[in-house]
Amino acid sequence: MLAYLIKRLLLGVVIVFAALLTVFCLLHLMPGDPVSIALGTRATPEIQAQYAEKMHLNDPLIVQFLIFAGQALTGDLGNDVFSNRAVSVMVFEQLPYTVILALSSITWAILVGIPLGCLSAIRPNSWLDRILGLISVGTIAIPSFLVSIWALLLFAITLRWLPVIGAGEIGDPLDQATHLILPSFAVGLGWVGYIARLARASMLEVMNENYVRAAWAFGLKSNTVIYRYALKVAVLPTITMIGIGFGHLLSGTVFAEIIFARPGIGKLIFDMVMSRNFPVVQGAVMVTAAMYVITTLVADLMVAWLDPRVRESL
Amino acid sequence: MGTTRLNPWREKLQLFMRNGKGMFGLVLVLIFFASALFAPQLAPHDPFQLNIPARNSGPTIDYFVGTDQLGRDTFSRVLYGGRVALKIAAIGVSVSLLIGLVLGMIAGYGPRWLDNALLLFFDTVRSFPTIVMALAVVALTGPSLGMVMVIVIITSIPGYGRLARTSTLALRNADFITAEQSLGAGPVRVLAGHILPNVIGPLLILAAMDVPVVVTIEAGLSFLGLGVLPPTPSWGSILNEGYMVIRDTPWPVIAGGIPLVLTTLGFTFLGEALRDIFDPRLRKGY
Repeated sequence: MLAYLIKRLLLGVVIVFAALLTVFCLLHLMPGDPVSIALGTRATPEIQAQYAEKMHLNDPLIVQFLIFAGQALTGDLGNDVFSNRAVSVMVFEQLPYTVILALSSITWAILVGIPLGCLSAIRPNSWLDRILGLISVGTIAIPSFLVSIWALLLFAITLRWLPVIGAGEIGDPLDQATHLILPSFAVGLGWVGYIARLARASMLEVMNENYVRAAWAFGLKSNTVIYRYALKVAVLPTITMIGIGFGHLLSGTVFAEIIFARPGIGKLIFDMVMSRNFPVVQGAVMVTAAMYVITTLVADLMVAWLDPRVRESL
Repeated sequence: MGTTRLNPWREKLQLFMRNGKGMFGLVLVLIFFASALFAPQLAPHDPFQLNIPARNSGPTIDYFVGTDQLGRDTFSRVLYGGRVALKIAAIGVSVSLLIGLVLGMIAGYGPRWLDNALLLFFDTVRSFPTIVMALAVVALTGPSLGMVMVIVIITSIPGYGRLARTSTLALRNADFITAEQSLGAGPVRVLAGHILPNVIGPLLILAAMDVPVVVTIEAGLSFLGLGVLPPTPSWGSILNEGYMVIRDTPWPVIAGGIPLVLTTLGFTFLGEALRDIFDPRLRKGY
């Protein structure tokens, strides 16, 4: 177990390092002068020289990378070009919004998707299974940003049931919750179909395993067999998938944040891209990479913890 | 002789013809290709022709699905937008398939350290939030269809690479490969002549299922204004322009979205049908 943990942590460090290097290379190997990219062409030579000095742009690339990496590791992601605020502060102000959106989306998708998958798997090829299968494919087929736009059009503009934009008043939980409904619906919808299909497939496989048949043979109640024995193992691939699919989930939140004008990491990166504020883009991408590494690690450890077969083999 | 050779294919064809979802998918895919290829012949209007007095109109006899904020015919723009989607899908999928195939075979056949390095590369790229990376890249290079293509190719390589690697690993110790090696065949000959033909099938099925993913990335980036440049119509840019006027008219965002959904459904159904018929083992992964 310990060896596995160390191996996974090392892998995580490598991935964060790779992301760091990629972002650095993108910023420095691009054609064009980094100073005029960052400050625009209208900056005076004095300001340009000052900026180059501050950002260590006159040092060799390898030195620049070590400075950049060293600062990033201590949590210093640099400063905003315009307001001179610390990038780490700006990113962590937005982070809770994105985390809440991602968690609420995946939670409702799991709560709906796994029961749907189980229902399908209990009677494979029945009419219920077929209808649920079609619904699953249907929800997967609509890209999440399209769900966001269409949901906005239907529920917020045409029916006026829910608020259109923003994240609600701070300090008013009910208002914030109603602002969360549409975005989390849009981000989670595709996952419902995905999780349902995955749960169905692994449930069908598990139901044929010897230990489940043994449970039936002991005369246990069908609910006990299905939910306590079969489902417990059948959800494992789903958890792994959610871990691996975290990047995908994050892409969904980026679109939802932009379309519903919600604060969050995605909106921050998008706005900063538009205003060409590179230190913030760079910092936010770094934090995203770190978040991704942590999530996959947690998902893998959860699988190891839940599945005795995996736990034994570690 | 001839008939016995044909039989397995005829059997597969019959299986496919009886697969309702697969046929439905095929029809949608054919419509996608035809509407994109013949857009100039099918479009009732010039997609760039402005008609300010008729701006933001709903469906009329002249404009099937209404007009956008500049009075351009949305239906014609959707047809032309299909050409961008087709271009991205055709080039993006084939190039990434080729690179993924080569890297995957090298990973599966080559030394252990190379395998590990390539696996790390595949896993890192595959799981990293595409759109976040794309945003960062486009921030530096500015929006262009070429950049979208590069992003699509890089993010699609790992899927093909992993699949090619797994199939190669399964084959590398097969008797016929050992026989070939003992006759003195080098790695290039073994890979290109003997492993490739056995690996390519599942990859082509994956490619069919990958088309909607690629089309969606393009549409998503164009929706954010990071893909095609105006006034080029793409499903994403139609959605973007429609989103700006969503309070005035719902038609552009409806008309720009439906082809995306139909294309996704079509390629997914077609890919699944092909997979079930030609390679049921692949099913496990999904």
